[in-house]
Amino acid sequence: MIDTSKLKYTATHEWVSLSGKTATVGITDHAQKEISDVVFVELPKPGRVVKQKEAAMVIESVKAAFDIYAPVSGKIIKVNDKFKDSPELVNKSPYEEGWLYQIECSDLSELNSLLTEAQYQSTKRNAH
Amino acid sequence: MSKLIFEKHSLNHASWLPALKKSEEELLRKIPGRFVRGAAPGLPEVSELDVVRHFTNLSQKNFCVDANFYPLGSCTMKYNPKALDAIASSTSFSQIHPYQDEDEIQGALKILYEMQLYLSEITGMDEFTLQPAAGAHGEFCGLLITSACHKLNGNKKTKVLIPDSAHGTNPASAALCGYEVVQVATNPKGLVDVEDLKKKLSDDVACLMMTNPNTLGLFEQDILEIARLVHKAGGLLYYDGANMNALLGISRPGDMGFDIVHLNLHKTFAVPHGSGGPGSGPVGVKKDLIRFLPAPRILKEEDKYLFEKTAPHSIGKLRSFFGNFGAIIRSYAYIKALGREGLRGVSENAILNANYLKARLKDIFEVPYGGTCMHEFVMSAKAQKKRGVRALDIAKRLLDFRVYAPTIYFPLVVEEALMVEPTETESKETLDEFVTILLEINREIHENPQTVLDAPHTTPVGRIDEVTAARRPNLRYKRELKQEAGNKKQEVVIVK
Amino acid sequence: MQYISNTEQDKKEMLEVIGVSSIAELLSAIPKKLKSFELKIPDGVSELELDRDLDETGHLNKNFKYHIPYLGAGNYDHFFPAVVDRLALRGEFITAYTPYQGEASQGTLQSMYEYQSLICELTAMDVSNASMYDGASALAEAALLALRSTGKHKILIPSTVHPEYRQVLKTYLSFVESQIIEIPMKEGALDPDALSKAIDSESAAVIVQQPNFLGILEEVQAISDLAHKNGALLIACVNPISLGVLTPPGEYGADIAVGEGQPLGNPVSFGGPHFGFFTVKDELLRKIPGRIAGMSVDKVGRRAFVLTLQAREQHIRREKATSNICTNQALCALKGAIYLTLLGKEGVRRLGLLNLQNAHESYETLARIKGVKEFSKRPFFNEFVLFIHKDKNHLKERLSNHRILGPLLVERFYPELKSGYLVAVTEKRTKSDLQHLASAIEESLDPPFL
Repeated sequence: MIDTSKLKYTATHEWVSLSGKTATVGITDHAQKEISDVVFVELPKPGRVVKQKEAAMVIESVKAAFDIYAPVSGKIIKVNDKFKDSPELVNKSPYEEGWLYQIECSDLSELNSLLTEAQYQSTKRNAH
Repeated sequence: MSKLIFEKHSLNHASWLPALKKSEEELLRKIPGRFVRGAAPGLPEVSELDVVRHFTNLSQKNFCVDANFYPLGSCTMKYNPKALDAIASSTSFSQIHPYQDEDEIQGALKILYEMQLYLSEITGMDEFTLQPAAGAHGEFCGLLITSACHKLNGNKKTKVLIPDSAHGTNPASAALCGYEVVQVATNPKGLVDVEDLKKKLSDDVACLMMTNPNTLGLFEQDILEIARLVHKAGGLLYYDGANMNALLGISRPGDMGFDIVHLNLHKTFAVPHGSGGPGSGPVGVKKDLIRFLPAPRILKEEDKYLFEKTAPHSIGKLRSFFGNFGAIIRSYAYIKALGREGLRGVSENAILNANYLKARLKDIFEVPYGGTCMHEFVMSAKAQKKRGVRALDIAKRLLDFRVYAPTIYFPLVVEEALMVEPTETESKETLDEFVTILLEINREIHENPQTVLDAPHTTPVGRIDEVTAARRPNLRYKRELKQEAGNKKQEVVIVK
Repeated sequence: MQYISNTEQDKKEMLEVIGVSSIAELLSAIPKKLKSFELKIPDGVSELELDRDLDETGHLNKNFKYHIPYLGAGNYDHFFPAVVDRLALRGEFITAYTPYQGEASQGTLQSMYEYQSLICELTAMDVSNASMYDGASALAEAALLALRSTGKHKILIPSTVHPEYRQVLKTYLSFVESQIIEIPMKEGALDPDALSKAIDSESAAVIVQQPNFLGILEEVQAISDLAHKNGALLIACVNPISLGVLTPPGEYGADIAVGEGQPLGNPVSFGGPHFGFFTVKDELLRKIPGRIAGMSVDKVGRRAFVLTLQAREQHIRREKATSNICTNQALCALKGAIYLTLLGKEGVRRLGLLNLQNAHESYETLARIKGVKEFSKRPFFNEFVLFIHKDKNHLKERLSNHRILGPLLVERFYPELKSGYLVAVTEKRTKSDLQHLASAIEESLDPPFL
């Protein structure tokens, strides 16, 4: 099991796990519940360079499409290829099998602007 | 289980087509082999009787205005007079070609020309084009005109203002035309918030797109002030005619200050909806914008009707030929049949029916914006939601009573919205029955909510698994494929 | 005429329930200034008078039923068995709304699914949407899709594509960062050398019409190969009636195939309403514009149909939608589905061959007339161009005397093809029709008959 307290978060409900310069990105359990049944995941193309807070990809439910923002700037180096057959992984396992893509960070200092789990939980509460 | 036409099999002679005079081999020599199709397309093989049965049985699985009360808000599901269908199918109108010379199609041109005049008069605009094929196509046309107008005046404008209660097509059309969409808030009375509008107006604003009455069924009382503000900022005012059924002979967008108007002939002017088209979305403009209309316009010179030959400022063509003529002629006949008094009668009775229903239903459902409504109103199933039953469930339960569901979850500004538009053609008796049904459903919500949650019970199928449909799309029939050493091989049928 | 169902007594009772004394009171929200106008529309009439009035107007048109049409150019005079209209015009289809409430719309939804399947079979493509406004707007949407999915900005289109389709394309692309490059023709078909020169790595798509506007068959396979070699998509715009005989777009590598559906069960009707069909290869499935029906199950596992992939659509994505379209010309597409079903495998082949047979017989007869000049040696399907260098009014008079409508004078769209006539010949044209056409042309060319 992943320790969610070690992750960094955005106010737009993405999580980030950093290993060296490589950040793995996903959406939070709260976000997957809000989206409900995910039917399609439109991933970014590997090689694409994104800026922090740029809409990097789209997750679709039956009745809505959601932009997922890049939590940090950098180059997309890998995407999760399991969604073509099983988009429901985003719902079933948002922190593990349902990770979305990996990004090579171009500016590690951006990580400092992200939220801790406790901060994320309280932002989320305030938003409601 | 409902069989697909592909899963049926009987003898198809296609004997409504004559036989060939020469052999297939001889005929195919007319074109080089590289252009010739090898395997015939995998169409079904079914006799004429079985085709008739198949589609007749399918039709009987539909709700429709001819059989059911259809209070679908914002869609104006009124009775579609059969006379209009008969006229549109007559040989004189269905068997003419858009490229015939003007002297051979004077009847068609007369209808188009007079229709332009009728619609201009009804909306208070100066000129109309009948080319757009649907409402959204009309919006596209109107925004192209907006853009062309600003461009010619040397203004670069980047934003389109849209109230947050607007139809989803408005922002989609604006985005398609490259505009940034800025929302204008709704005030506590359910109307455009003029103070918020003032804040968002700037010389970047190309236009404000509005519906009046708005999607809450309320007349925008500040419309003259709104028009003044938008024009002062150098923007245009765009009228989405989705709700024009409230205003025939009562009030005109042109008089309110709108510069561009689109109508939906399939709503207000009785063109049947056809299970989702064809519609028609004519666009009207004020004098200064006429030159931008799609080409060609239809003109009258002395006693002759003709196409305008040059239009240097026109936005161009939106589709091939001259619009959905078969829809336009229905509405033309409808306007002629109704006449001045009849048109006003449409809107008066639409408003009467809506207010009557609203008065009778306000004790069952919360009506967030009270007072008098126009041709439709929005109620909320907020109270019912507390008992675990949502607007969607009520919509589905209504189907068991053979009533089509109101529009739900729209406009977005109302929680658990149910939008009801009875139209003018329904009788008091039908409306009373609808009230009785909703009372019954409300009783069920209190006593036996599961009945509502599991609805519908009597339709050909129950609630449909939309998640699987979208996750693993099955969008067409596929014949069983024979797997051969990993190679997909299509069934091959050669016609002898 | 009025189609109101409330009696005066009903109205009185309703006003009482509402708590107002008159309908005028219900209009009090509207400023007085906006209510004071006089609607200048004539008085209404009865259905009887309406019928007579429109009959009179109708007689000002010359129609295809009582004349011999040789006009095509995108709308064709085909024969439709009575079954098509008898079924499609049933109230259950014609007065239903878009099938958003699936449980109450299985008839429409299943027929949409079947329509999609039939169109896929006909075109040999993987996926079809439930139809679009017309062939021209379908082609424009195809170009938008190509721009979106490739991220490139050039659209290459030959001058042999229907002129009105090219105009519509220009309108649709006016807001998008893009460049339309027109490829000239050679002997009535796309000039392959010009295409080779124009195509580059920035090309999003090459468009080709088969048969093209002038009736000629384009070298689609070679064009397809060239497009793909340069990383561009191939968009094919095809005549559905031709596909019983001609290689379907899916077999020569089209990534997107579109076309005008009118020939499938919809009368010419002055150019509309008809429908456009829109198909793609599997890779583009999630990017396809417009409505789509899918097969699923209901909660107890029964086969059920539903609108799907809706997250792309305007009523959900609003400003992020792939297109603003919300209708699909459902009724016209339904006619198409019924018509294709009535044709069947053998019928669709025979229909194509009948068109081929009649058109070639006509061509051979007309081209032999002294004074008639050939345009191109290239192969054609059911439409062709011939030159008749004679005063056009004079020829038209002769044609009218024989009750003939058309053919189309193509210099209207191609000034360089002066005195060229585009002749469309479908399965409906008979030997006697051809004799009339040949006589009219001969008479116009033969001074003694003046």
